[in-house]
Amino acid sequence: MANSNSALVTKLLLIVVGMFGFGFALVPLYDVFCDITGINGKTNETAAVYYDGQVDESRTVTVEFITRTHTGMPWEFRAQTKKVKVHPGEMNMVEFYVRNPANKSMVAQAIPSVTPGQAALYLNKTECFCFNSQPLAAGGESLMPMRFYVDPQLPEDIHFFTVQYTLFDVTGNGTDDKPLNNPFLTSFSDN
Amino acid sequence: MSKATEIISPAHGEAHAHDDHHEHHIPKGLMRWVLTTNHKDIGTLYLWFAFIMFLVGGAMAMVIRAELFQPGLQIVEPNFFNQMTTVHGLIMVFGAVMPAFTGLANWLVPMMIGAPDMALPRMNNWSFWILPFAFTILLASLFVEGGGPAFGWTFYAPLSTTYSGDSTALFVFSVHIMGISSIMGAINVIVTIFNMRAPGMTWMKMPLFVWTWLITAFLLIAVMPVLAGAVTMVLTDKFFGTSFFDAAGGGDPVMFQHIFWFFGHPEVYIMILPAFGIISQIIPTFSRKRLFGYASMVYATTSIALLSFIVWAHHMFTTGMPVAAEMFFMFATMLISVPTGVKVFNWVATMWRGSMTFEVPMLFALAFIVLFTIGGLSGLMLAITPVDFQYHDTYFVVAHFHYVLVTGAVFSIMAAVYYWIPKWTGRMFDITLAKWHFWCSLISVNVLFFPMHFVGLAGMPRRIPDYALQFADFNKWISLGGFAFGLSQLIFLAVMIKACRKQGEPVSDQVWEGAEGLEWEIPSPAPYHTFETPPVVK
Amino acid sequence: MKQLGICVLKAWIALVLLVAGATAVAAGSGEVSALNLRRGATEISGQVYDLHMLMFSICVGIAVVVFGIMFVSMYLHRKSRGAKPANFHESVKVEIAWTVLPFLILIFMAVPAAKTLLAMEDTTEPDMTVLVTGSQWKWHYKYMDRDVEFYSLLATQREQIDNRYAKGENYLLEVDRPLVIPTGQKVRFLITSDDVIHSWWVPDFAVKKDANPGFINEAWTRVDEPGIYRGQCAELCGKDHGFMPVVVIAKEPAAYEAWASEQESIRQQAREEEQRLLAMNMSMEELMTEGERVYNATCAACHMPNGEGLPGVFPALKGSPMALNDMQGHIDIVLNGKTGTAMQAFGKMLSLKELAAVITYERNAWGNNTGDMVQAKDVNAVASGE
Repeated sequence: MANSNSALVTKLLLIVVGMFGFGFALVPLYDVFCDITGINGKTNETAAVYYDGQVDESRTVTVEFITRTHTGMPWEFRAQTKKVKVHPGEMNMVEFYVRNPANKSMVAQAIPSVTPGQAALYLNKTECFCFNSQPLAAGGESLMPMRFYVDPQLPEDIHFFTVQYTLFDVTGNGTDDKPLNNPFLTSFSDN
Repeated sequence: MSKATEIISPAHGEAHAHDDHHEHHIPKGLMRWVLTTNHKDIGTLYLWFAFIMFLVGGAMAMVIRAELFQPGLQIVEPNFFNQMTTVHGLIMVFGAVMPAFTGLANWLVPMMIGAPDMALPRMNNWSFWILPFAFTILLASLFVEGGGPAFGWTFYAPLSTTYSGDSTALFVFSVHIMGISSIMGAINVIVTIFNMRAPGMTWMKMPLFVWTWLITAFLLIAVMPVLAGAVTMVLTDKFFGTSFFDAAGGGDPVMFQHIFWFFGHPEVYIMILPAFGIISQIIPTFSRKRLFGYASMVYATTSIALLSFIVWAHHMFTTGMPVAAEMFFMFATMLISVPTGVKVFNWVATMWRGSMTFEVPMLFALAFIVLFTIGGLSGLMLAITPVDFQYHDTYFVVAHFHYVLVTGAVFSIMAAVYYWIPKWTGRMFDITLAKWHFWCSLISVNVLFFPMHFVGLAGMPRRIPDYALQFADFNKWISLGGFAFGLSQLIFLAVMIKACRKQGEPVSDQVWEGAEGLEWEIPSPAPYHTFETPPVVK
Repeated sequence: MKQLGICVLKAWIALVLLVAGATAVAAGSGEVSALNLRRGATEISGQVYDLHMLMFSICVGIAVVVFGIMFVSMYLHRKSRGAKPANFHESVKVEIAWTVLPFLILIFMAVPAAKTLLAMEDTTEPDMTVLVTGSQWKWHYKYMDRDVEFYSLLATQREQIDNRYAKGENYLLEVDRPLVIPTGQKVRFLITSDDVIHSWWVPDFAVKKDANPGFINEAWTRVDEPGIYRGQCAELCGKDHGFMPVVVIAKEPAAYEAWASEQESIRQQAREEEQRLLAMNMSMEELMTEGERVYNATCAACHMPNGEGLPGVFPALKGSPMALNDMQGHIDIVLNGKTGTAMQAFGKMLSLKELAAVITYERNAWGNNTGDMVQAKDVNAVASGE
């Protein structure tokens, strides 16, 4: 009986350890889940390759850009283009203006979010300032480009969508490498 | 349990002689309780601990209701109010309801399956004795600078990470200890049920309380580690620079809610499945008729447990999910009402054409069926996504889960205690006082929680220390009901103290006329050691 | 015996009808019921209300039947009436019946629920868009198609909350600057947050959406009737969660247009005024008077009127090194906030003059007698980096 007890206890402990691991595995799983369903309108985190196919001239989709700076972020940040009408499949470029008015150099990270969330699955960015953190010297200014195309598979009922960029201050205090700090997220986006 | 089941157990006289032999070895005084590995002692410890926590958490509810008695801020600051709602929730869930069920499992599971003790008695001792430390830490956090946790028992990030006080570390530590305690308790229950059943106690002969606890124990070991993971992530996000839930670092605060509710929804069933077991023991006894649909009860419990893993996001409809996901979680949630309904119908069918009497445990059990069903039906309404946008985070939700947890889980625990305490002490409790306890509780609990439906529908959000004037009238009634319900529990305390002092008439071994099962075969009071020679169940 | 059972059943039905009738009367009287969900001001909120009533009636129906049978049984099948227990204890047919029947009821409930849900998911192009940003403990509205944006704060006086003044009619449901939208147009709300999770809720529109920091959510409404609609933050967001209401005024399109143009010109004037102020210096007395007003309205909720903060939660300003020495840092933190704390960027919320006054106040009140004077141009210098 003692033997069968310890065998069963071992199995149950394995379940416990496994479920503890599963709790953490939910982090990359959630990311995959978001990629599939478009929860929270997360976009691709690394450059997409331009889809070299048919441009769907018959459809026009309006893409709207919103810029925000998070608390503690003194930068000026605005979209040069507020709204753009695009054909699915066609390559587009928009620019964003940033200026660092502080008297010290700073590093920023832009976090994108798209609504409605499903649209995020069809927004493909081949070049984006949000893929990396962006340093800027005191008083420096810059124009940051973003190139993208909309996948022609975009569901018929979506005629426009909104892309928001929030600029976070990731200077110093151990946070400049934050985007790479989450081992689960990076290991997954590398795949 | 079938009526046809014949139980052969050692003759009573023999059992007594045997037990007397052991009584000499029970250490006296405090050390008896500190060192005990006896399932009955540990069950008693758990139950008293749960009761004390119930009173502490209840005192916090009194603070909340006193502040909400009328509009305006009178008694406490908003920050302290938030600490009260948070710690009230944590204490009631992890300190009162769960330990009480574990205490009942300790007392009853070995007696019901004909085992001499729990399978892992030393671990049993540990799993209890770390609990007081967990709650001391949690309560102590209220007194550190900046106060205790104030982010709700659901501790949504980033309120619990970036924006919380330093006492969050204490909160995380105490939740870890609670989790370890529950996991150890659950492992013990599973091993006991798997390995220590008396000969002939086959799976489908096990009393339903044992069945529901077995399933609960599996839920516990599946989801408590996920909770441990969630609090660990909160800890590292807050103190060690990770960004699981911080958008700036590639994390996502909504992910916290997914992880939390992946634990949280099965947790809800952890707090109600043992209650179903208790009610399924009590109703047949006082109807003097076998439980209707024993097998379907087992299947229903299992399917509720399985479904509980695929409905978590119904707590999060307003976070902005794709419509397909909203549909899925709505339908899956509605589906849970089918097996839950089967249970209620089975209980009613058990009563139908029985021969009922209404002793105190039966009164609580009947109140459970009606009031739990009300909570279940409001739960069904909450599952409907479009209307949930209106109900979500209002007092309608508060009403719903208090009907399920207070008049559900807590009433079932009280029913269980009244049902089995004569067996434990060998004496009948003070029936008059117990009836006072029942009727006062029944009336006040409805004055307390029913109007919450109204203020919730009318638009009062939960977790606010002050409210608009149109909610004032009902809130006054709710508070009065709350105070009355709080005071009613002091009657319960009196009944329990009297019972533990062994005041009252001695009872027979069977105690209740219609009671069946192994625990009613042994002498009253249950000797310190039972079933050292396993009974044979035919 | 049967007779009595029928009597009990009749009494039960009578009681149920009485309660249902009373509820219906209570629910039907007055526009906003104290007992029930409101019908609201939009087509969607009406649909939601109907759905709610349907679900509610089905649930009441189920409860009446189940409890009715149970009460009859409790009356008839009592030992004291000489009832003898029957012997039945299982029936596969019955079990199947009461598994299938609830399932059918669920399907009956699911169809209208799914319909309403799909109606809410309307992705057609809106007539206008408002960016709603929650922060501890206020809302910010930005009209995406116009030059209008502002913060919306609780307008109820502190004295009412502290029970020193009588409470007004809209106690805790009134703001200094309500959101104004046109009737008959599809208004889209983009919802996000600057710090913790908030939830923007207007019951009359049946709109409740979480504001998640760093992410964006959307909701929409089309209000039929002009009016004032009140709601609250629905997600616990810290200390003053109970004190961040939402007020929306729906105006006829023409009236809305007039309001919006007026707001734009006010903003324009304010900007010009601000430029003029840069050249002027205010006296210490002016700065302190204005600063005290701004401090009590904006800062005192956390840092407390006596500047001592809440130990462990909100830092004290009285005697703080920053308020005593580091003027540049002080201006910077008030302007831009501090990430990861409840300290917000007040540069977006207050004018240069107000900022200058409140910083001067903080550097000279409660014994912080630095004698420093901060002028609008000093604040502007930090803000623009010039």
